Amino acid sequence: MTHATPGTPDRVYLDNGGRAPWHPLARQAFEQALADGWADPRRLHAEGRRAARLLDGAREAIAAVLGARTQEVHFTPSHTASLHAAVASAAAARRRAGTTVVAGAVERAAVLHAARQAAGATGEHKDPVPVDRLGRVDTDAMIAAVQAPGVALAALQHANGEVGTVQPVEAVHDAARAAGVPLLVDAGASVGHVAVPETWDLLAADPADWGGPAGVGVLAARQRVRTSAVGPEDEDPWAPGGVSVPLAFAAAVALQAVEADRAAQETRRRALVERVRAAAARIPDVEVVGDPDDRLPHVATFSFLYVDGEALVTELDRYGFAVGSGSACTASTLEPSHVLAAMGVLTHGNVRIALDRSTDADEIDRFCAVLPGAVGRVRDMLGVGGL
Amino acid sequence: MSDTLVDARGLRCPLPVIRLATAAKGLPAGAELTVLSTDPAAKLDVPAWCRMRGHEHVGTREHHAEAGDGAWEGRDGWAVTVRLN
Repeated sequence: MTHATPGTPDRVYLDNGGRAPWHPLARQAFEQALADGWADPRRLHAEGRRAARLLDGAREAIAAVLGARTQEVHFTPSHTASLHAAVASAAAARRRAGTTVVAGAVERAAVLHAARQAAGATGEHKDPVPVDRLGRVDTDAMIAAVQAPGVALAALQHANGEVGTVQPVEAVHDAARAAGVPLLVDAGASVGHVAVPETWDLLAADPADWGGPAGVGVLAARQRVRTSAVGPEDEDPWAPGGVSVPLAFAAAVALQAVEADRAAQETRRRALVERVRAAAARIPDVEVVGDPDDRLPHVATFSFLYVDGEALVTELDRYGFAVGSGSACTASTLEPSHVLAAMGVLTHGNVRIALDRSTDADEIDRFCAVLPGAVGRVRDMLGVGGL
Repeated sequence: MSDTLVDARGLRCPLPVIRLATAAKGLPAGAELTVLSTDPAAKLDVPAWCRMRGHEHVGTREHHAEAGDGAWEGRDGWAVTVRLN
C-alpha cells in the first residue's frame, strides 16, 4: 500500500457526485456523434435526419433504462434546468387546483427555489416537509401535505446525493396518485448507481452524475401528466433552441454502459463505502451521517467535531484527495448545507465523498489511512486537544 | 438564568462550539451556559454538540444586541443555552 504525501502526483478524486469523469464509451460515442450528428436535427436534409436519428436513439436508450416510453423522455440543458422546468411547467398546468408545491426539506436547492417561485406572490408557500436525523422525509407528514387542498405538485428525490439516504418514493407516489397530484422524482443522484423506481410522474436524471457529459439533462414526463410551457414559445420547450446531439448521444451511451454492470458496481462500491464509514467512525468525536443501510452505494458523509471544514478539505487536497463538504465555511454563503441543517446533524467539519466506478480499493485504503492524521492536524491547528 | 455566558459573536464555525467546550471544561454537571453567536451554523452545531457529548440543549432564542453593547449594538444573532450532564 502506498501512502500519499504532499506533492504526490497521483491524485484520488472522491468528489464524483454530480460531476464524474466521462465513461470511456461516452467519449467514443461523443466522437462518433461529432462526425455523424453535428447537423441540426430539425432540418430535413440527409445530414439533419442523421443527427435526428442519433437523438431519437439516445432518447430510446434512456427511456428503456428509466422504464418510460421514448416520447416521454426529453433532453434539457442541465439537471438544474430539468428541475426548474419540471416544477414550473407541472405546477402551471395545475394552476386551477392550486399553487402549492410540496417538497421534502432535503430536496436540491433547485427544487426548493422553483417551488417557492411556483407559489408566486399570491400563492401559498408551505415550508418543506421535515426529515429525520438520517435525512429521510417524514412519510406521514409528506402524505398529509400532498393530500391537503391547493397542491399543484409534489417533489421527492429518489435518494439524497449529499448524505445517501433513500426516500420513501413509492409510499408518497401512492398517496399522491390517490390525491390526483403528480409526483416529481429527482433521481439525479441515483440513476446509473441503483435501480430506478417506476413510481413517478416526472423524473429528472443527471448524465454528468452517471459518467456522461455535463451540459445536458434528462427529464421524463409520463404521457398522462399535463405540463404547460412557461417560457416563450419554442419548438422544444424543454430545451429552447434544441439540444446538443453529441452530448445527448454520449449521455445515452454512458447510461447503457453503466447499466450493463450496475449491480456489480453497486456491490463493489457499497463495500468500499462501508469501509470508509467504519474508518471515519473510529476517529474520535465524529458523526457519520445518513442512513447506514438504505442508502446510495457510492456516497459517504461525516462531520468531525471541532474541525474547520475548509481546513480539512484543504489538508486532504494537500495529500492528494479531492473531497466535497457541506460546511458553511466551504460555501460562498455563511449558511451550511440545508441538508445537514434539516437533519439536525453537526454541520461543521463536514466531508462528503462520492466514489466513481473507477475508484478502487487501494485508493479507499489510502484515504482511510490519511483521514485520521488529517483530522488530527486540523484539530491541532485550533488547539482543541482535551476538549 | 445561565451561570456562564460565552460570547462567540463574530466567530465562524467551528469556533463558537470550541469556545463553548472550552468554557464548559471543568464545570460541574447541572451548570448552564449560554452561547451568543452571529454564525447561523452555531445555532445548529451547539445542539449537535450537546447530543454528541451527552449534554442537554435547553433552548435557542433570537438575540438582539441592545444599545450599549459596543460594536454589536443593533445586530441580530442567537442565544443557545445548554445544561451540562
